Amino acid sequence: MSFLTALINGISLGSVYAIIALGYTMVYGIAKMLNFAHGDVIMVGGYLCFCTVQYLGLPTLAGVILAVVGCTALGIVVEGLAYKPLRQAPSLAVLITAIGVSYFLQNSALLIWGADPKAFPSAVSFPSVKLFDGQLIINSITIVTVLAAVLVMVALTLFTSRTKMGKAMRACSEDKGAAQLMGINVDRTISMVFAIGSGLAAIAGVLLCSAYPTLTPTTGSMPGIKAFTAAVFGGIGSIPGAALGGVLLGIIEIMAKTYISTQLSDAIVFGVLIIVLLIKPAGLLGKLVPEKV
Amino acid sequence: MSMLEVNDLHVYYGSIHAVKGVSFTVDKGEIVTLIGANGAGKSTTLNTIAGILPARRGSVEFQGEGILGVPAHKMVRKGIALCPEGRRVFTQMTVEENLQMGGYTRTDAENADTVEDVYGHFPRLRERAYQVAGTLSGGEQQMLAMGRALMGRPDLIMLDEPSMGLAPILVDEIFSIIKSLNDNGTTVLLVEQNASMALSIADRAYVLETGRIVKEGSGSDLLRDDDVRRAYLGG
Ligand SMILES: Nc1ncnc2c1ncn2[C@@H]1O[C@H](COP(=O)(O)OP(=O)(O)OP(=O)(O)O)[C@@H](O)[C@H]1O
Ligand SMILES: [Mg+2]
Repeated sequence: MSFLTALINGISLGSVYAIIALGYTMVYGIAKMLNFAHGDVIMVGGYLCFCTVQYLGLPTLAGVILAVVGCTALGIVVEGLAYKPLRQAPSLAVLITAIGVSYFLQNSALLIWGADPKAFPSAVSFPSVKLFDGQLIINSITIVTVLAAVLVMVALTLFTSRTKMGKAMRACSEDKGAAQLMGINVDRTISMVFAIGSGLAAIAGVLLCSAYPTLTPTTGSMPGIKAFTAAVFGGIGSIPGAALGGVLLGIIEIMAKTYISTQLSDAIVFGVLIIVLLIKPAGLLGKLVPEKV
Repeated sequence: MSMLEVNDLHVYYGSIHAVKGVSFTVDKGEIVTLIGANGAGKSTTLNTIAGILPARRGSVEFQGEGILGVPAHKMVRKGIALCPEGRRVFTQMTVEENLQMGGYTRTDAENADTVEDVYGHFPRLRERAYQVAGTLSGGEQQMLAMGRALMGRPDLIMLDEPSMGLAPILVDEIFSIIKSLNDNGTTVLLVEQNASMALSIADRAYVLETGRIVKEGSGSDLLRDDDVRRAYLGG
């Protein structure tokens, strides 16, 4: 039974990674930048939800909505102020800026909410599911998390494959110059992707804080790095890759914690990543594009 | 009044003066070609008209309206399409999706009509509608790039080296399609290295050398011109 429990916990944690990694990978796909501040948007989402519930006394759902709206706006503002002016700049400058934004968000949170961990109220209140005479308990938050990840994945797949906006996003990801010749406003499309990614980060923040209910200004850092790893693992730029990478990473992490060592689990996770990249440099689902001249 | 009037256009790449005071016109219904050697400034001129590159000096008027400084993504709505050098199709998208992107500024209903016209000109694209563009042959990619540009229903289509890298038989096919597009009312500004082909279908032509126009005339006159023959037609 403990294996099954570990597997379920792994899938649950992996689902959160997947949601974060989807944002990472979409932003990378279109802006060709690693948005290191992505993890900190998770933290902002957590605090926004926390404040809505704790100080305004509104139901959790209102907190989730506020977190999503707030982080979406934050994503657009950060992109417009910090990254857009650097569109032509070398990628190292953009990377350093992203690290700067990350610290800016963490320090702002420190200033506003302080360093003390906040006890996060659970976002879901229905009871857990008991199977096999109570030997296997599945938390309600686990169920909600997995469902949310599946829903996000399906929605994004439909968005990018069916809608005009989604296709425009793919066009920009591949060739911005050609995309603007089509009449696509590339700047607005990039901004939209940041908005989507940040909205997803907010959802991930609420789910993460519900499962691990302490909230500090650095809450988003480690999950952010893990999700980035998951995106690379699955093949950066690939949407199914991010989802697969996230889930696998979560499973590996929990399995390593359960069966090997809690202290070593992160080292094992990154060890697996290195091995995968040695065998498949483009990641699990990353593809080398066929090109004809 | 001409459809397109380019006047004393100067374009720089940093300190490199690539286009040095180019002036020319394109009238409605014409095929006009710019010919010239590698590096003469042909692509630079087209890209500047399309809003991709900024001009240092000069003016570009399209249907009576100054368009220098208008961002590239607004040009389709103004009626100008550029089919860029090297085709630049979206290799990871299907033929149909590429065409849909070409019609990005138009409604689905309008696109449904236009796509039939495009398939009419390029029947091979219809057969490959669901194929990923990256797996098309070079000639098919060129057809797709042209079809995609036509999806915006441009008044003026600018073609940058449509025959580049194609087998002679495909070159003939592409040029006859350009002619038929023009017969259907689209004005064409054509940039070519294949000067003899370009001159033979062009109403008028300009010869560009290191950023300056050095000669102009009707297509047939330039085909007979000794300098042009020596420099661009191999004797
Ligand atoms: N991105 C760039 N940066 C610097 N110089 C450039 C750039 N693009 C073009 N040039 C220079 O500007 C000049 C004109 O180039 P352009 O591409 O317009 O020539 P072209 O006539 O289209 O040539 P080709 O027939 O080879 O396509 C050339 O001297 C070229 O080296
Ligand atoms: Mg050129």
